[in-house]
Amino acid sequence: MYPNEVELQWSVLIVLYPFLTGLVAGAFILASLERVFQVQAVKPTYRLALLTALAFLLVAPMPLQLHLGHPERSFEMYLTPHGSSAMAMFGFVYLWYLLAVLVLEIWLDYRHDIVVLSQTTTGWRRLIYRVLTLGSTNISPRALHIDERAGWLITVIGIPSAFLLHGYVGFIFGSVKANPWWSSPLMPVVFLFSAMVSGIAVVMLLYMLLTTMRRESIDMGCVDTVARYLFYTFIIDFSLEMLDLIHRIYEADESFRSLDFMVHTRLYFSHIVVQILLGTVTPIVLLAITQVVKLTDLARKRIYVVSGCLTLMGIFAMRWNVVIGGQLFSKSFLGYTTYKMGFVAKEGLLTAIILTILPFLFLWVLVKLLPPWPEKALLAKTAEGGLA
Amino acid sequence: MKILGDAGHLFRVAAVFLVGLILFLTLRSLLVPRSFGRYGHYRANAITEIAALPVHYAGHQVCEGCHSDVQEMKSKGVHKGVACESCHGPLAAHADDPAGVTPVKLDTAVLCVRCHQENIAKPKSFPQVNAAEHSGGAACNSCHQPHSPAMNVGVAP
Amino acid sequence: MTLTRRQLLILLPAAAVAWDYVLAGTPEASPNYNLAEHWWAMLIDITKCIGCGSCVRACQLENQVPDGYFRTWVERYHIEDWQMEYPQVDSPDGGKNGFPVLKETGGKNFFVPKLCNHCADSPCTQVCPVGATFVSPDGVVLVDQTYCLGCRYCVQACPYGCRFINPQTNTANKCTLCYHRITKGLTTACCEVCPTGTRQLANLKNPNDPIHDFLRTHSVQVLKPQMATRSKCFYYGLDGAVR
Repeated sequence: MYPNEVELQWSVLIVLYPFLTGLVAGAFILASLERVFQVQAVKPTYRLALLTALAFLLVAPMPLQLHLGHPERSFEMYLTPHGSSAMAMFGFVYLWYLLAVLVLEIWLDYRHDIVVLSQTTTGWRRLIYRVLTLGSTNISPRALHIDERAGWLITVIGIPSAFLLHGYVGFIFGSVKANPWWSSPLMPVVFLFSAMVSGIAVVMLLYMLLTTMRRESIDMGCVDTVARYLFYTFIIDFSLEMLDLIHRIYEADESFRSLDFMVHTRLYFSHIVVQILLGTVTPIVLLAITQVVKLTDLARKRIYVVSGCLTLMGIFAMRWNVVIGGQLFSKSFLGYTTYKMGFVAKEGLLTAIILTILPFLFLWVLVKLLPPWPEKALLAKTAEGGLA
Repeated sequence: MKILGDAGHLFRVAAVFLVGLILFLTLRSLLVPRSFGRYGHYRANAITEIAALPVHYAGHQVCEGCHSDVQEMKSKGVHKGVACESCHGPLAAHADDPAGVTPVKLDTAVLCVRCHQENIAKPKSFPQVNAAEHSGGAACNSCHQPHSPAMNVGVAP
Repeated sequence: MTLTRRQLLILLPAAAVAWDYVLAGTPEASPNYNLAEHWWAMLIDITKCIGCGSCVRACQLENQVPDGYFRTWVERYHIEDWQMEYPQVDSPDGGKNGFPVLKETGGKNFFVPKLCNHCADSPCTQVCPVGATFVSPDGVVLVDQTYCLGCRYCVQACPYGCRFINPQTNTANKCTLCYHRITKGLTTACCEVCPTGTRQLANLKNPNDPIHDFLRTHSVQVLKPQMATRSKCFYYGLDGAVR
């Protein structure tokens, strides 16, 4: 090892960041399936997918801020972004995606509900909704039609924006010529597809969980369609990763011997066992079974839950293997180091766990504030109160 | 204008965005450091700040200004290419205040050995010995004058 | 003398720029140092290095480098027979206190001092998100300690492993080619104390510089030429096994 390489630079928080933005991008793509590609079957997950994306996006900058040596200087990325650095676009892409895509789309889709709620609730909740209306209470059919068209347009813009939001992270790694584990033109594409896989899986799991908690029946047509999209995306993701692996093994350039040894020893559990076998092959096989064999609703539900959980674990492992794995070997290809992860530390495991749980807390607040399934409650209120 | 009336909320959103943008641009013009961009995408004052850092090694020319007798002896021996501070350590503080700051007395057992202990990786032409066997435990400067180490020059002060 | 509108249009922006400089309060560098006359490089002669570690110690003392981190270090190579794919390399504490005696008796053995290569096409400056690290007009790659965020991207991007994060300042840190010395006519701390003349500073804009002349007349190498970083740290006598 070169003497300065012994200590790892990027910690588990930098593993967490692409995982979180991946979930954002994936959840949004699922939402766009209904909005732009007219896949009506997944409509029950539409609003939930948007709120999930927002919850995770709000937490996404936190691991980065905790990792920086000087978080108080992070605004410099807005003042003097360096045009040649992929990392410099983070601030702008993030703000653009948060405000111009997600928040705007959620606002437009929920506007009718917000206006109704601003007139039917009381106390501080009423104040929040009144602020959210931005002073306009126009929910005439024409206004709502304009909202719908504007929302459609934003979703269309949002799809490439989502690709940019997560693709640039892949490019941050893929463009580092000094590190052969990272340097690859496939890196942004692999990141994107694994993001879509994780995003679809998390929305599927959340939908099944929340619907069960609400004591409603799960729309099997919806879940089957979501699982089918998960399956297709997974096939593409797996193919890309296998392509990278086969290419590496075949070309066997100067870094290969060192990387091969690393994967067989230090990364064996996280790469071969967790990412590939448990996190990719098993869910693909399970989902393939549901496509080929006719199973009962209960059996399919169970398979979806197991596949979803394994998928999320596998995609996290993929981020771990890329970020941590890329720092475990020396750039001299002659040595290895270890990652000493603290527990109660600024960049330790406990912090990572808290930051993983936090988006779900945010989501809980968002679901309470902007219920994705207000139909029954809202219809009842409108019938009672005779509102427009 | 019925259409505009129904799209009124969109104009409100656009106004919020516009205000945000103006705020951002204003803040930016206030906060970007003045010397940024003069030579390239960086704060030009950083160059002068780094150039103004304190110096700890005086450089052999400074030593020779006062210690010309040692320099005279050294220039005739094989250590003529070895700078004073290579053995004596950083002495800019001593050069600035010769009476107040006195250099530390050196331990030849550590110092000479670091360079001259024989090691297969050192160039063959470089004078190297097995320190333990070479002097039988005696200090290096009991036979060699460090400033001109050849054996016939005389013993150390 | 009356100013025409045209003259005013030319004068006013010039005055504004000048006023901007005044407001910026440019601190004074060494008054005799001209950025445009220098393009710094270093030559390291492997055939002379004895692995004494004086350069590593001097750099630490001159630049307040924290223990465990290295702006420069020395590696020792042992190559058995002809297999240059598998050298044995060690660098105990960066070579700071010299090297212990090797058990092996044969093969090729030599020392390789390493430092920041001050690449002209530096990948570390390319990836800095805010412009805190840069190539100065005289060819030295520097880090602005008051601007660096500590994101560590530059540390990842350096192919030579010469950067680190200073735990006291939480910013990126590396060899500055003793910029505070070379702009005052001194040489770098490592070159000053090197007893065998292994390390030599060079000014590639000076046609009379003896090292510049050496580079023109001898076979020299750089580390990892395939990275195309236009490294300005040249080696004489570098074996193909050196990583």
